[in-house]
Amino acid sequence: MACFLVSAGEAAVVSIVKKSVEKKEASGKEHSKKEGAAKEISLSTKLHWLSSLLLGGAVLLAFEHVWHGEVVPWFPFLTAMSDPGDAAEMLQEMGTVGVGMAALITAVWAVMCKAADVIVKRPEQEAQKDAAA
Amino acid sequence: MTLLITIFAAVTATVKWYNRKNDDMRLGTLCFLYWGASLMWLVDAIFEFAELKSAYFTPDPQDMLNDAFLGLSVVALGLIIWVVRLLIADPKGSVRAALRKG
Repeated sequence: MACFLVSAGEAAVVSIVKKSVEKKEASGKEHSKKEGAAKEISLSTKLHWLSSLLLGGAVLLAFEHVWHGEVVPWFPFLTAMSDPGDAAEMLQEMGTVGVGMAALITAVWAVMCKAADVIVKRPEQEAQKDAAA
Repeated sequence: MTLLITIFAAVTATVKWYNRKNDDMRLGTLCFLYWGASLMWLVDAIFEFAELKSAYFTPDPQDMLNDAFLGLSVVALGLIIWVVRLLIADPKGSVRAALRKG
């Protein structure tokens, strides 16, 4: 009914956090350059992945809701909002399916970040050996 | 059916991204769009399966056709979003060159 709103909300929060992290990283860049820090994926890049996954999914799911007539271009935009019974059902769906969707995407993103860190830190020789196999 | 079609689109986009020569085509956008939607529909499918049990795997042909049509429309919408973002970002400068020429 409106499960995509949970992911869209999380995407908005993540985007705000990403902006502040980007600012912090930009100010700390000079310092890390001097120290010659090892190459690693920045937190802002990882947060960009999460917001893209959440927002991408939310946009395509919003289209599905338009397709099924659950989202309309006039107020209150969600057809379930016009009836209190439907509104309660919608909120319950957001709390179960919606939260489940956001949680799965966040969990997959966490695994993706861990895997990306391992791949980046993997020695070049090992990567070539893997490619040859 | 929508989930299956979106997963196929996500895998195809990921393979294309993996084999890219450079990042000019911004294929990452497509991957995020389709994988995000696939994961969300997967959760939807799990909840639906918990409710319908085995009946989930024997859908009405009319519903299946509608779902397939929806899946293809979702893939088309994803492609439109990607191509619009690509034209706006214009990483190769092709749009700028064409506009300056005209």
